[in-house]
Amino acid sequence: MSGPVIEMRGIVNRFGAQVVHDGLDMDVFEGEVFGIVGGSGSGKSVLMRTILGLQRPSAGTVKLYGRDITTLSERELRDVKRGYGVTFQHGALFSSLTVRKNIQLPMAEFFPLDEAMLDGLAALKVAMVGLPAEALDKYPAQLSGGMIKRAALARSLALDPKLLFLDEPTAGLDPIAAAGFDELLLDLQRNLELTVVMVTHDLDTIFRTCNRVGVIVDRRMIVDTVAGIVSNPHPWIQEYFHGPRARAVAHAGAPARGA
Amino acid sequence: MFLDSHLHGGVLTLRVSGRWLIENLAAIESQLGALEGTPAQSLVIDTTGLEELDLSGAWALFERLRRIEQSGVTVNWRGRTPDQIRFIEHRLTGGAHPAAATAEWLDLVEPVRSLGRWAVTQADSAKTSLAFFGRICAVLGSAFTNPKRLRLPALVRHVIETGLQAVPIVSLIAFLISVIIAYMGANELRRFGAEIFVVDLVTIGVLRELGVLLTAIIVAGRSGSAFAAEIGVMKLNEEVDALNAIGTNPVEVLVMPRVLGLVIALPLLTVIADAVGIAGGGLLCHYLLDIPPAQYLARVQESIAPTTFWVGIIKAPVFAFLIAYIGTLRGMQVRESSRELGRLTTVAVVQSIFLVILADALFAVLFLELDI
Repeated sequence: MSGPVIEMRGIVNRFGAQVVHDGLDMDVFEGEVFGIVGGSGSGKSVLMRTILGLQRPSAGTVKLYGRDITTLSERELRDVKRGYGVTFQHGALFSSLTVRKNIQLPMAEFFPLDEAMLDGLAALKVAMVGLPAEALDKYPAQLSGGMIKRAALARSLALDPKLLFLDEPTAGLDPIAAAGFDELLLDLQRNLELTVVMVTHDLDTIFRTCNRVGVIVDRRMIVDTVAGIVSNPHPWIQEYFHGPRARAVAHAGAPARGA
Repeated sequence: MFLDSHLHGGVLTLRVSGRWLIENLAAIESQLGALEGTPAQSLVIDTTGLEELDLSGAWALFERLRRIEQSGVTVNWRGRTPDQIRFIEHRLTGGAHPAAATAEWLDLVEPVRSLGRWAVTQADSAKTSLAFFGRICAVLGSAFTNPKRLRLPALVRHVIETGLQAVPIVSLIAFLISVIIAYMGANELRRFGAEIFVVDLVTIGVLRELGVLLTAIIVAGRSGSAFAAEIGVMKLNEEVDALNAIGTNPVEVLVMPRVLGLVIALPLLTVIADAVGIAGGGLLCHYLLDIPPAQYLARVQESIAPTTFWVGIIKAPVFAFLIAYIGTLRGMQVRESSRELGRLTTVAVVQSIFLVILADALFAVLFLELDI
């Protein structure tokens, strides 16, 4: 399919008198890793929910694979939702189910598969995200933060989506685990030919994984390559990428991707 | 449509075609299952007709080929091996396959083990319950010597939430129950011309037993569950750990105001329930038995001993303590998951109602022995 995977035009999100997005445009193309960046309260989560079809924008169109999801019925939206995977910030694994059941839930929900197939597929997904096979029968509360993120990734990939959304995938992880997650993401993205959209504050992750970055400023989005966005003159973007923390990252010599 | 096999001279050619996606996996698997036991020495796979292949489809093919290979058949790919197959091969080497079924003899050991586990869990639970009781007592003791630690604002809030806000429902239930007792009693007693004893029935029944018991059961359902759920969610959010880390005692901040609040609120609710119950009995006597209110009240005074009211009301603080104790204890035991929260909230309500009724039975025996 040609054309962008996600095409958003003139998005307006309004809550009472408060306008979060005002004419926001965004395109995500096949096979890229797209990072969404913005200050606290700039509406990153609202934007994510809008793309996912969990929330209808006050105005504007959201096209996923060419279908405008703002006009779809609940039923049609269900098909669209089947086509993407999402991980939430805190994992959002179902706490009463084991990792195995968490991964199998979307599969069993949509398709009539027998127990042996479900077990085999769950084992594959767990191995794929680099978790040990013992993790299959553990409950989320028994996993470390890094393992929860990986298990959540495994669940989001349960239905073999081509489009993956990640909300703060490395938040709360130590630098080694976060770097490990970045590598895993790149590896899966290449091998499974995924298109990835992620909301993140982790500058290391942005430099390591993203091809392009969209920054939400002044209720709109400024999109550029990583190298391009870093030299954008907008004061907030300058502050973001050249503040004390960003300089620390730059000094450490993080290699920029897609530059 | 997904698979086309062709056997020629000991070589089985598999032509894989169509869309090998997770939505077709059930159909694919049943077609693959038909390959079982093919009398071939080698297998050639032709993927040129493949339209789409996702990871799940690739896994189904990979798994089947692995099993065929294990039975001694050589597998060759015509053309390039699909990337997905190679990816899976790479990831699954190291044997992440689930362990084989457990041996037979384990089945005999397992019941014994689970019995032992159950016994240990029960003993542990009894110990923690007792320790929790001790902690409440210790905190209560220190709070009475240092009034600042009584946490008056929280205490007042709990008295309002568990007491004042329960007044409508408690009154309604007390009214309905006394009307039911009076009505049923009147029907029976009228046969003996002893209608006037309906007053005794309602008065003694409500004051001694039903007023306090029903109030306690309603409060257990209302507030016992609320205590368990509130504290349980705070446990899940690590708020209890935060309190501990700040250096405050969670029992003092969370448990004691609830326990004391309910110990204050339940007797007051019982007084209201008693009053409404007697009023309800009077109303029914007036309309059904033509006993005027003045005569009803006079009869009420005659029928009760000086102890009747107190015998009922003295149970209220005990019931209140049991309800609040069980509710907060179960809340504190919530760990790990939202299912635990639901389970322990249920346990809190069931156990507190059970304990209230058990305590009521013990009180009945005690009062019988004391002859009150």
